[in-house]
Amino acid sequence: MRRIVASREMLLLVAIALLLGLVSTRFPGFVEPANLVAVFNDTSPLILLAIGQMVVILTKCIDLSVAANLALSGMVAAMTNLAVPDAPIVAILLVATGFGTILGMINGVLVWKLDIPPIVVTLGTMTIFRGTIFLLTEGKWVNSHEMTHAFKAFPRTELLGLPVLAWAAVAVVVLFSVIMTRTTLGRAFYAVGGNPNAAAYVGIDVGRTKFWAFTISGGIAGLTGYLWVSRFAVAYVDIAGGFELDVVAACVIGGVSIMGGIGSVPGALLGALFLGVIKNALPVVNISPFWQLAISGGAIIIAVALNAQANRERGRIILKRAEHAA
Amino acid sequence: MSAPASPDIAPLLSLQGITKEFPGVRALSNVSLNIYPGRVTALVGENGAGKSTVVKILTGIYQPNAGDILVEGQPTLFATPQSAEGAGVTAIHQETVLFDQLSVAENIFLGHAPRDRFGLIDIGKMADSARRILAEIGARIDPSHKLQDLGTANKHLVAIARALSIDARVVIMDEPTAALSHKEIEELYDLVEELKAQGKAILFISHKFEEIFRIADFYTVYRDGRMVGEGPIAEITEPELVKLMVGRDVSQIFPERVHNIGDEILRVEGFEHPTEFAEIEFTLRKGEILGFYGLVGAGRSEFMQALFGVTRPSGGSVEIEGAPISIGSPADAVANGIVYVPEDRGRQGAIGALPIFQNVTLPSLAQTSRHGFLRLAEEFRRAREYTERLDLRAASLDTNVGDLSGGNQQKVVIAKWLATKPKIIILDEPTKGIDIGSKAAVHAFMAELAAQGLAVIMVSSEIPEVLGMCDRVIVMREGRMAAELTGADLRPETLIHHAAGIREANA
Amino acid sequence: MNASDRNIPDRLRSPFERRLRSWESLLLLVAVAIFVANSLASPYFLDAWNLSDATFNFTEKAMIAFAMALLIISGEIDLSVAAIIALASTAMGAAVQFGVPTPGLVLVGLAVGLACGAFNGLLVTRVGLPSIVVTIGTLSLFRGISYIVLGDQAYRGYPPEFAFFGQGYVWWVISFELMMFALLALAFGILLHGTNFGRAVYAIGNNATGALFSGIRVARVKFILFLLTGLMSGVAAICLTSRLGSTRPSIAFAWELEIVTMVVLGGVSILGGSGSIPGVVIAAVVMGLVTFGLGLLNVPGIVMSIVIGALLISVIALPRLWTGRGQS
Repeated sequence: MRRIVASREMLLLVAIALLLGLVSTRFPGFVEPANLVAVFNDTSPLILLAIGQMVVILTKCIDLSVAANLALSGMVAAMTNLAVPDAPIVAILLVATGFGTILGMINGVLVWKLDIPPIVVTLGTMTIFRGTIFLLTEGKWVNSHEMTHAFKAFPRTELLGLPVLAWAAVAVVVLFSVIMTRTTLGRAFYAVGGNPNAAAYVGIDVGRTKFWAFTISGGIAGLTGYLWVSRFAVAYVDIAGGFELDVVAACVIGGVSIMGGIGSVPGALLGALFLGVIKNALPVVNISPFWQLAISGGAIIIAVALNAQANRERGRIILKRAEHAA
Repeated sequence: MSAPASPDIAPLLSLQGITKEFPGVRALSNVSLNIYPGRVTALVGENGAGKSTVVKILTGIYQPNAGDILVEGQPTLFATPQSAEGAGVTAIHQETVLFDQLSVAENIFLGHAPRDRFGLIDIGKMADSARRILAEIGARIDPSHKLQDLGTANKHLVAIARALSIDARVVIMDEPTAALSHKEIEELYDLVEELKAQGKAILFISHKFEEIFRIADFYTVYRDGRMVGEGPIAEITEPELVKLMVGRDVSQIFPERVHNIGDEILRVEGFEHPTEFAEIEFTLRKGEILGFYGLVGAGRSEFMQALFGVTRPSGGSVEIEGAPISIGSPADAVANGIVYVPEDRGRQGAIGALPIFQNVTLPSLAQTSRHGFLRLAEEFRRAREYTERLDLRAASLDTNVGDLSGGNQQKVVIAKWLATKPKIIILDEPTKGIDIGSKAAVHAFMAELAAQGLAVIMVSSEIPEVLGMCDRVIVMREGRMAAELTGADLRPETLIHHAAGIREANA
Repeated sequence: MNASDRNIPDRLRSPFERRLRSWESLLLLVAVAIFVANSLASPYFLDAWNLSDATFNFTEKAMIAFAMALLIISGEIDLSVAAIIALASTAMGAAVQFGVPTPGLVLVGLAVGLACGAFNGLLVTRVGLPSIVVTIGTLSLFRGISYIVLGDQAYRGYPPEFAFFGQGYVWWVISFELMMFALLALAFGILLHGTNFGRAVYAIGNNATGALFSGIRVARVKFILFLLTGLMSGVAAICLTSRLGSTRPSIAFAWELEIVTMVVLGGVSILGGSGSIPGVVIAAVVMGLVTFGLGLLNVPGIVMSIVIGALLISVIALPRLWTGRGQS
């Protein structure tokens, strides 16, 4: 059984390698290191949000407000830059991440304390967050020329051949690989989603654990908000519109079970990369980018069918002859 | 009767005057309990006596409304499961408190895993400790395996290992042998002896009297949320203990049966399933009560659910009144006159959030409606007719089934099926977890149904019930039919021996 | 112990009394309050034609919301409804290019809706996949196909008769869409509250295993619900396409969220098992009135979405705050 679970990551790796191989037969430039870095960099926001979403989905919840949170936190970062042009980037990072964290906490409290279904909560806060951007800006854009150079340069700064944006994704992947496997909170996310009744017996507060999941998702969305706005050098109401569905798609493709308790950081990473490679490969092989939506839709359906196959509830094994495994 | 047993040692842990209330229910009123170091105390009581509530209070999951928990005489607050663990109390819970997606080692150490110098979970050390504890209880399980790959018995051993991973002074075992095989039970008894020798205080909760008399030193009896007796086990006999437990003499009275056995109505041949059961063959006659006895997990419910169309068998045939039928879903089974009263009432039997009358008419809506449109008056009439036959107690027919007691819920489930005018009714553990009064009502009703010519199949793990109600009994073991018994062969010993697979001579 | 000496009453509270204390009554009060507030705030509000125009804010969404209500009560959800509109509209637009006349276009719209619903239903009931993920997938797939077909282009040139469905009036200020809204509300109300099928929907939503064990054909009922939701999306696609007179792949974008909001606001539990069609009807009117009223006051649409979002959370949170306090 361990082989099957592990094989989701393998399957995705193979699929991504095949995709790259296929494209490279006609366009060798696509697999050159520089381009691969560009693809990874372009996919970084999706990777970041997918990790946060994975944590939430593990606890049997869903966060549909991530893209709206990203847009609002990004706008707050941009407006901070406008108001205090001298503020160091560290301060901007703190403001954006902190603001996103607070938005995540709002979701978390509503789920924890009022026990409102997460899909309803985040459906509501999604529209509220977007609406708030409009209230803050009266619909105006913050454009490139209004942002300071340092603000815009940060995510593009290259360190050891990788832009900071990509490094952010790497850092979050590494950090959460450790958190999810080596800390009590990380294991609690699995426990809460896998068997919420039993979690209470081992002293895990289910509601509080969900709260932390939303807080993490919010914090990552806030961080990504600044990186997004500074990378594209523009902030307005509709940035990353509908991106929440891509994020959920990346998780599902990465083997995260929507029923909770099953999923891994490498899975979410590869799920996001799979979508990222497709998105970047389409224009190269001269397929209209309009195909991307349908392809990711198809990938979601195939992935969830595979998830269901791997996690199908197995009946009791009573007969001796059927017990060969044990 | 409650003159406290005065052993020469002081209790390690005691409860004094504990009361626990839930909205509308008082689960425990003013109960006490003493647990002694190096001794096994058996907590005895019927379902609903308050045993599991006490376990939850002792493990910090519930907080009592009144009363004290004394650890070595000192009042202590068990505010959370962690604080109970901190006081050295650990429990093997009845429900599997385990996580399929975590490894065996993680299941054992969740919440108190060893840390490395960065404060992270030390996976290597955790695996080593897990391996050591598993070896101590004689379990051959790889701690790195995911729990979902383990069988039921091994999962139970992991639960025991988890309890022992805490350096506990008090070990609570809530029905620890329910899911174990004969051999594993013996190993568990050895483990209990070893824990005793280490001076640990053990609270042992069990329904099995032979086991209580074998391993316990003291007993405490709860009835309806009150403590009704305690003392050394050597000073009480089994009938006395049973009498304390149920509050009356226990020679359980089963209804007089009218044996009115008619023609064959059901014939099952070569019924099998890839993993759950094989080679099931039997016939059933009108007016007959056929028992299915076996240990928990012998495949009886699995077979019944396949017969009812919930799962698909991989082979075999079913004939009703001589005509072969094919059952692909419960709807098909009901259409063919086979109905099933499941063991898991809350999940499979009743729809708790719907009112009584809607539950009763759900499978027979085709009869109460006209052209697919509901006729409420007709529904109420029919619901009233059948629930009154079963002597249902409820505020109104509009009351939600979830608000009824277990016994009354069971009556609603049975009424639902009678309204479909079935030919064959399958009852799976029909009196499990319901009060004595409802139990007698269900038994009387079964006898009445059989007398009216209905064919009845009863799955039961209670030997008195099987012997008291059935004309014929099929014993199942490990998914197969181990024996078919009638007449003089229907004795407790034969049932147990066939179910456990031991020869009578050895016993 | 004799059965004859007792008599369990049918009901303790009359259905009328129950209705009086219900969510729907509360919602109705909110609707009346908004109506009054609007008529005080703007002199243009209380005009028959203005009010008639305002109904277009909710009629198409509400048609889908009726079917979605049944689906959510049964414990499933369909997030692909807006994408089905896009695909059905695209198919109709393509059919126009082949000179298909109006009746044919209607058939195409309905058929695409049904086919999409059947696809969702098969994946959920046959393959056994969770509907929330399946329909996030088909959401991308259906709208993705529209994008593949249309890219950044649009279909136009619908025949003049086709305009009736979205722009025509059957009598005075009663538009065809408003009539459809009323008829469908009635039909779905009867289906849910007055038939065996509706009873099965409630039973499944409360306890699908229990319903299965009671002889309900759970998979069949759910499949039919997905079909109905697809069909209603097809109907909505016809009305919307007719009203706009053109098809872009972004048509009805993100409507699924507004429709789910409408259903939940109407008192349907997102966890399944409870809710009513009258509730959804009132919720549709409330959402329409809020949008229209704020529109008259020149409040931009995005701000209305804040109001709707806040309404969604608070209507669920407030009762929980009350009862929560009552319990502890």
